[in-house]
Amino acid sequence: MAEDVWILGIHMTKFGKHPTLDTVDLASEAVLGALADGGVTMKDMGVIGAGCLMGAGGGIGQMLQKQLGQTGIPVYNVANACATGATALRVAVMAVKSGEADMGLAFGVEKLSGAGLLSGGSRKDDSGTWSPSGRHGAVAPVDGRIGTEIMPGVFAQIGMEYGHRYGGTSFELFAKISEKNHAHSTLNPLAAYSKRMSLEEIMGDVMIAYPNTRPMCSANCDGAAAAVVVSGSKLKTLSLEQQRRAVKISASILTTDPWEEACQILPDVNTLTRNAATQAYEQAGVGPSDLDLVELHDCFATAELVHYDNLMLCERGGAVDFFNSGATWRDGTTPVNVSGGLESKGHPIAATGVANVWEVATHLRGEAGDRQIAGAKVGMTHVIGLGSACGIHILEKAA
Amino acid sequence: MAEQVPLVDYLALGDSPHLVANECTACGARFFDRRNACACCGKTAFTKTDITTVGEVRAFTIVTFAAPGVPVPYVAALIDCDGTSVRGNLINVEPDPEHVTLGMKVRLATQSIGTDDNGTEAIGFGFEPLGG
Repeated sequence: MAEDVWILGIHMTKFGKHPTLDTVDLASEAVLGALADGGVTMKDMGVIGAGCLMGAGGGIGQMLQKQLGQTGIPVYNVANACATGATALRVAVMAVKSGEADMGLAFGVEKLSGAGLLSGGSRKDDSGTWSPSGRHGAVAPVDGRIGTEIMPGVFAQIGMEYGHRYGGTSFELFAKISEKNHAHSTLNPLAAYSKRMSLEEIMGDVMIAYPNTRPMCSANCDGAAAAVVVSGSKLKTLSLEQQRRAVKISASILTTDPWEEACQILPDVNTLTRNAATQAYEQAGVGPSDLDLVELHDCFATAELVHYDNLMLCERGGAVDFFNSGATWRDGTTPVNVSGGLESKGHPIAATGVANVWEVATHLRGEAGDRQIAGAKVGMTHVIGLGSACGIHILEKAA
Repeated sequence: MAEQVPLVDYLALGDSPHLVANECTACGARFFDRRNACACCGKTAFTKTDITTVGEVRAFTIVTFAAPGVPVPYVAALIDCDGTSVRGNLINVEPDPEHVTLGMKVRLATQSIGTDDNGTEAIGFGFEPLGG
């Protein structure tokens, strides 16, 4: 019988600019916070899942151990694009679920302040002679010549494709989604940006890739998040206070995209998310209507819309009406991204898939302060990394 | 006339330029890159298939912020060419949402990418409004 897995301790740093801290400093702050929150130490950990996508000059897991405790346990340094943090958590969950460890640590960290475009941010000059290279035999760089490699443009097309299929989308609709998340972040002291923005400000800001203006894009920033997970049987041996604050991981799922026509032309972020959601609901034994809050991967405003549908928060094809009903505002029926989301809380890539778990867990514990979703018992986190990988966790309050 | 080469190997030049896909002989899945096997069914035999040069815009974005050296604005799009999806820029059209619309009909068109030190011209492709 596989073990139940619980979050024992969890922590995130302030997201934003941390010019005096390096990735190891930020990761250490998150990990020490998670260990203290769980009432445990590095000596209690049996495994580490670690993520730092943009590189820290070596294995970030071992670099952390060299600061906080070299206990000889296995470290899995993972990379899965924007799903890196969820993958690190999933590694720790799998180790505990299988019985290989009774406690595990997962963390993600990134320093991205001022990073600009992460993909398609540079293009090689044309060479002096045209000579074919790569899998398409290209004689010159193709970004901007055969479509776009920049993420704001890729995800713009993903939102536009949804609009083409089902109708009802517009520049203004996508901007309103961003308006919601920027409004939500005003209650989140750990968000990188917590200034409310009007619809006019959002639509009037710098256009990056129509229909995504700058505030409709995820915010590059520095940050880290960490979680300590524990088996159900080990948890029973811990204090009543630790048991009371523990949050159950009812589902932990990772999927990749199955082949579909067009998926190698424009990434298909829909199928693998829907597959992950289906598996997660089944594993947890809950349905979309049971969710008290959702933190989903709004890397761009155009992405949030399609994930309402992919996560089955609405009827198929009904994401526009669902959003327009007010359902995803914090006072709606299915609050989405009450943290401010990637657009406003920020998106230090590898940290995101653990930080969204921190957000939901904090609500389930009733410790979310001014932005507490009252009575929250069940929540979902979702990330997607292009390539692609989708990580979903469903969390439940301790009974 | 200077020698011409295609920007990518799946663009066939000549009198009627068109795109050529690698089609899996087992399941029919189409790919534009060099293949090791089929991502759909895993088989390894492919045949070359000409892709129709007219299609419909299924998604687009107008990129106004790009890497240094990439001229902006440009329109990147996903074109449905009779069931085969193709990535390409929309060209010979004003790059604004009044002139570029979802569902618009387009056809393949070529354009010069430039001439190299040997005098060889690279030819790229895009899609332009049909009847425009």
